[in-house]
Amino acid sequence: MTTSTAEVETRLTRRISNFLYQRSRVGLALLLAPPTFWLALVYIASLSALLITAFWSVDSFTGDIEHTWTLKNFATIVGESTYQAVTLRTLGIALSVTVIDVAFALPVAFYMSKVASRGWQRFLVISMTLPLWSSYLVKAYAWRSVLSSGGILDWILTPFGIPSPGYGLEGTVITLAYLWFPFVVLPIYTALQRVPNSLIEASADLGGGTIKTIRSVVVPLIIPGIIAGSIFSFSLTLGDYIAVKIVGGATQTLGTLIFTNVGTANNLPLAAAIAFIPLGIILVYLASVKRTGALDNL
Amino acid sequence: MKLNKTASSTIALSAAALLVLSGCASTDSGATGMIQELGDNEAGISILAWPGYVEDGTNDPAVDWTSSFEEATGCEVTVKTYGTSDEAVNLMKTGEYDVVAASGDATQRLIAGEEVMPINTSLVANYEGIFDFLKNQSHNTVAGVNYGIPHGYGANLLLYNKDVFPTAPDSWSVVWDGASANAGKVTAYDSPIYIADAAVYLMATKPELGIENPYALDETQLAAAVELLKAQRANVGEYWSDYLLEIQAFTTGDSVVGTTWQVIANVLLGEGVNVDAVLPKEGSTGWSDTWMISSKTDAPNCAYRWLDHIASPEINAAATAYFGEAPSSMAACDFRDDCDAYHAGDADYAKQLWYWTTPIAECLDGRTDVQCTDYTRWTAAWQEVKG
Amino acid sequence: MQLSRISRMVLAAITILTLLYIYMPIAVVGINSFSPSISMAWPPSGFTLEWWGKAFVSEGAMQALGTSVVVALAASAIALVLGTLLSFAIARFKFFGQQALNLMVVLPIALPGIVTGLALNNLFKSVLAWQLGMLTLIIAHATFTVVVIFNNVVARLRRQGGNLEEASSDLGADLFTTFRLITFPRIKSALFAGGLLAFALSFDEIIVTTFTAGGGVTTLPIFILNNMYRPNQAPIVAVIAIVVTILSLIPIYLAERITSRDET
Repeated sequence: MTTSTAEVETRLTRRISNFLYQRSRVGLALLLAPPTFWLALVYIASLSALLITAFWSVDSFTGDIEHTWTLKNFATIVGESTYQAVTLRTLGIALSVTVIDVAFALPVAFYMSKVASRGWQRFLVISMTLPLWSSYLVKAYAWRSVLSSGGILDWILTPFGIPSPGYGLEGTVITLAYLWFPFVVLPIYTALQRVPNSLIEASADLGGGTIKTIRSVVVPLIIPGIIAGSIFSFSLTLGDYIAVKIVGGATQTLGTLIFTNVGTANNLPLAAAIAFIPLGIILVYLASVKRTGALDNL
Repeated sequence: MKLNKTASSTIALSAAALLVLSGCASTDSGATGMIQELGDNEAGISILAWPGYVEDGTNDPAVDWTSSFEEATGCEVTVKTYGTSDEAVNLMKTGEYDVVAASGDATQRLIAGEEVMPINTSLVANYEGIFDFLKNQSHNTVAGVNYGIPHGYGANLLLYNKDVFPTAPDSWSVVWDGASANAGKVTAYDSPIYIADAAVYLMATKPELGIENPYALDETQLAAAVELLKAQRANVGEYWSDYLLEIQAFTTGDSVVGTTWQVIANVLLGEGVNVDAVLPKEGSTGWSDTWMISSKTDAPNCAYRWLDHIASPEINAAATAYFGEAPSSMAACDFRDDCDAYHAGDADYAKQLWYWTTPIAECLDGRTDVQCTDYTRWTAAWQEVKG
Repeated sequence: MQLSRISRMVLAAITILTLLYIYMPIAVVGINSFSPSISMAWPPSGFTLEWWGKAFVSEGAMQALGTSVVVALAASAIALVLGTLLSFAIARFKFFGQQALNLMVVLPIALPGIVTGLALNNLFKSVLAWQLGMLTLIIAHATFTVVVIFNNVVARLRRQGGNLEEASSDLGADLFTTFRLITFPRIKSALFAGGLLAFALSFDEIIVTTFTAGGGVTTLPIFILNNMYRPNQAPIVAVIAIVVTILSLIPIYLAERITSRDET
């Protein structure tokens, strides 16, 4: 009995298998259907709904959304100088954070990948990954301690005659650069790992100096990794409102604006409209880097 | 924090006695839809509350005033906490919650939306002991009909560093006109509702603006408040939203003066930080929270008994002390040793407070000749102030 | 690589400084967990083991830890299935819309958390009229973690090519046998590395979580945030963060060993 059931099953799987093999388009469709449906139904649908919501308004007393089309929210964003100032400030923070992270990540990732011994390399990879697991919130509060007057940064900087930057724009940049560093260094390290040592040696054999080898052999190969890292630091910065509240002092960013509008003011339509600013910025960035293949490195 | 057996049976008994009494008195009550007598308890209730209002021992085994209620009544309690008054209003609209603890900026919307039912205060034995100045206020009573039981209240105070201010400041001017003396070390509450604090100051210093109620500002009055806030902005080092931020900033000296809650001052004093908090002569804003019952509840008996439970002196003392606000009755002070710090029961003190209320287009001070600015407008103004 | 002694030393110095910089705030957290100050203000005013004692009996913290693990496991499991299916489709086939699909899978993580959170919140609450809870949270986390599985697996598949699979089927193995004996063993470590990263991303996520969990579900980051608003026991949070960090050494170490064995 059991043998024959098993035989039937085997035959059945073989038949399915052959069918799928011969009609590979069917196999493709089966592979694609679940993830495509999920992403389209959950994500694309929600972004579309958000876009539609941005054209509605809110009854200020009952807090109910009024489903009448209006361009009011977009007019507010474009018209009021606050939004322009906040957008520019947020972009500035995101750029600074990204530049700082990449500037540190490059030498560190290079050392990890090409210079460090095997054991040391393993230790460094684990050390760089570990902070991903220690709570983002707790680290942000720790930076609050570090930046405070009388804090560690004060101890370190005072001998040089510089006071701690305290809470504000600089504090926000330092903290965010810290928080996103692992997200930047790891893709660059992975990209460097894929650069064969033989290629570097070949360049050296052909008379390329260290600088020249790095500039014309290594950098072009790791550009996708750098861009992948920068997408992380850029997007995480644009979307943050919690760390900004903790170390930002009086600083207002796009994240805090969106959060205030949806959380405190219950104005989802306006929040949705503002959300399209960072969304637009990221989409433009993604479109401009798509060719580099960076999206495969996230 | 558990009630002993005698205490809980006393509560049960008094509830039963009231049940009989109200049964007799029910004929002459005029309000419609109001429950006239309580019946048997249902299986349980779900409560919507601010974090810290309904503690069942899971956060800290020593902090538990829910188990005693469950044991005494058999009503199983489930709690959902919310972060903002708007979230509370939205969640109440789902009809999935039987009881809500709401602040003044939510209660009126809940009443107007008929999300909550009128309360027969005679069914809540502990209502009688509640401070008179908390009863029949605009945030819990509409057209003479009561919609909730007061829970606790507090004031937004002026916190200052005693090293910087050897003598206690008696006016809010230290954070407004005189803020530049401590540029970069002034702090303020991070919410559009803080505009009302500016309005309270303007009421005292610029009577020509004619502000009668800090939550009823027409465009000119709002513009004056915004101007004041923008001038303050230049001197603000930090806008605080959760209390840990302010406690840390005053401990390290990053902030030396600004608005605060009594509970923050208590923590700082307990940590030995050289600060103090005062209620300045201009008065201040504050909050007063209310327990309400959903109009769609299917567990009114458990709900009423929870309202009575949380209003009972010992329980109210525990809950308000944990959150850091004044209790709703003098009897609760027998179970707390810090009532003086909160000025509990001081009617004159309470009179100086403007409890948080949602500003709406229809002026709350009764003016009909102008439109007032609503909360949406305030939010936009607040973002403009922060820049 | 041929580098001068000086450049090696400079690189080593930068790396060590960065390492110190990375661990300085974590050390601050560790020190604060022994500080009697309930506000964790710097510098610490003494030494106490109170918070360590309290953290381990905090039922709320344990429940939150449990919730976070369940959410992260469920989300990673969904992401593993979706991400693997998608990577096979993209790596082994050529079809119309491949580019668009590639972008679509990247979007949930490339877009700022607050945008993703707001969009999903609006979808669940306004469009579908669902109650926010565990289910919506898991759906949200699965959505933004698909990409890390996808990228890990697709990179592995591309590097390996399909020759072995073809050989296997030429020798008469059906698709499932081929997958079990040939394909799966060769992508196993990519799945593990991707799954671990997905777990980590979900475990510590707070922004999308705030928008999609509702009030009833308390993950560890939400528990931490709530405790910051009610600082009767703020330093407990420092203890939890340190313990979680130390515990996470185990999966990270395992992942490192598996991936490095794979590469040699």
